[in-house]
Amino acid sequence: MKNPFRGDLEKSASERVTSMLFVLLVSSFFLLPIIWLLLAPFDDQPTYRLKLTDPGFGNFRELADNPYAYRSLVNSAVFSMGTGLVIILIGAPAAYVLSRVRFKGRDVFLYFLLLFSSVVSGSAAMVPLFLLALRFNILDTYHGVIFILAGGLLPAAIFILKDFTDSLPRSYEESAKIFGASSYRILRDIVVPVIRPGLAVIFVWAFVQSWGNFLIPFIIIRDVNKQPAAVMMYSFYNEAGDAVIRSVAAFGLLYTIPVLLMYLYVNRKYGFRFYGGIKG
Amino acid sequence: MAIKTETASRTDKSGNAVLRGRAASFFLSPATIIIVLFLVLPAFWTIYLGVTNYRLTGFAAVSPEFVGLENFRRAFNDPAFFNSLKVTFIFTLGSAIFGQAVLGFLLAWVLFGLSKRVRNSVEVIVIAAWMVPSSVVSFLWIAFLNGDSGTLNSILGSNVRWLIDYPLESIIVFNIWRGTAFSMLLFAAAVASIPKSHLEVARIAGATRGQQLRTIVLPAIRPYILTDILLITLWTFNDFGPYLITAGGPGQETELLAIFIYNNALRFLEFGYASSIAAIMLGINLILSLIVISSGRKRSK
Repeated sequence: MKNPFRGDLEKSASERVTSMLFVLLVSSFFLLPIIWLLLAPFDDQPTYRLKLTDPGFGNFRELADNPYAYRSLVNSAVFSMGTGLVIILIGAPAAYVLSRVRFKGRDVFLYFLLLFSSVVSGSAAMVPLFLLALRFNILDTYHGVIFILAGGLLPAAIFILKDFTDSLPRSYEESAKIFGASSYRILRDIVVPVIRPGLAVIFVWAFVQSWGNFLIPFIIIRDVNKQPAAVMMYSFYNEAGDAVIRSVAAFGLLYTIPVLLMYLYVNRKYGFRFYGGIKG
Repeated sequence: MAIKTETASRTDKSGNAVLRGRAASFFLSPATIIIVLFLVLPAFWTIYLGVTNYRLTGFAAVSPEFVGLENFRRAFNDPAFFNSLKVTFIFTLGSAIFGQAVLGFLLAWVLFGLSKRVRNSVEVIVIAAWMVPSSVVSFLWIAFLNGDSGTLNSILGSNVRWLIDYPLESIIVFNIWRGTAFSMLLFAAAVASIPKSHLEVARIAGATRGQQLRTIVLPAIRPYILTDILLITLWTFNDFGPYLITAGGPGQETELLAIFIYNNALRFLEFGYASSIAAIMLGINLILSLIVISSGRKRSK
């Protein structure tokens, strides 16, 4: 009889080779389309081909001549920061109440919050959102986009922040109360510091979601001065031609960097586990 | 129900250490207002518009008329709508269920057996595809699939005009690339939550990885599989992203429902008709969501 362990070892070796092959194949599938974004911006004669035969920063210099390009990045920052702040400022208090106060109808409220947030998508609601913006006179405004984006992201933000708050023992707040701390002080000195990691994660999440959102500003913003990078990117390659590829390459990279930095930051600081799991 | 209300009001009286009635509603109302205005109202407005002949221009713009189920009748006689429904169905089935869920699981499972360094670097690549803004990835794929000099054709040594000759297949592969990260992360968490001892026992008893998978892993993560498939189905079904690659074309070969709605509403300005399609979409979303929520509840019990 053969050594009973030998077959086992052979099997695991062949399994390991299969695993590595699979991982290599899949990694290249995910990596290949991205490589263009790392090369083309630094090639002065970029095409769709992967190459770096004319290295230089010409694309970025040319982009600088387009007054709308950099402006759109600033616009994106305004939309994303605005949405992030609105989400934190009004989502956190709501989440705190939902975690701590057992008011009548709370469960029903939570249920409908969850239901509406998953049923109503930007795609399904684009007509009324457009009409709403038209009627409220918030077409072509920053706050119009911010409120619409916030409306879509708030429910998920509230759920996550509620989970964070649920994990904080109530006894902290109760004993602070007994020692005579005011409600405001309890919130400021006890509640906020404890849920701060949650606030940071939610802010980054809302920022990234808004930064990448195309549909809402595409519908709401017509004024090219207020267009975010997501829409600007699309206007570059509508017209076709080499000069356009130059701008798209450089601009695409500039537009992507903030999101990747934020991802790395969150990943390092909090671990990228399940908070990335909610998509707009 | 009556008992529930009673206990609720009793706890209400004892209140919270920090917040009482008025302060609590003060905290809750801004979020409620935003959600009602920009999430709840649009849902009902969509349904209302779906039964009118509202258009942005012309007579119907001034005084939209109630037309009952006329728009829905029109939809069910519109080959373009059925085409869109079919395209959306194939796209969702192919890219979400067979694509993202299967690939995401395989990745999670294979990476689970490899070293931490390999796992982390592969995860970073997969997640990068998920993080890059949609306008950028769509251009990356236009470049990748370009007929003359795209990366894919360079590798294969071919000259295929992927986006023209295989548009639906292209956006399906694109969407697998785009969204697998979510399923991978979810399944990685699920696999990691299986008690190590179970796998250890199976391994010592001589089970291969395939056997471990069938007898231990898949049964243990079944609820996660359901959640994952339902969520990604919901998102993929509503996806507008491929618009940036093919704009629904060539012809209407990649006209997903979201793109169909967009074209009818904001290009042809037929708000009533577009809204009836959107209402159908909301209905399907509702069914999917109810299943997600009820299965989630069962799991937490």
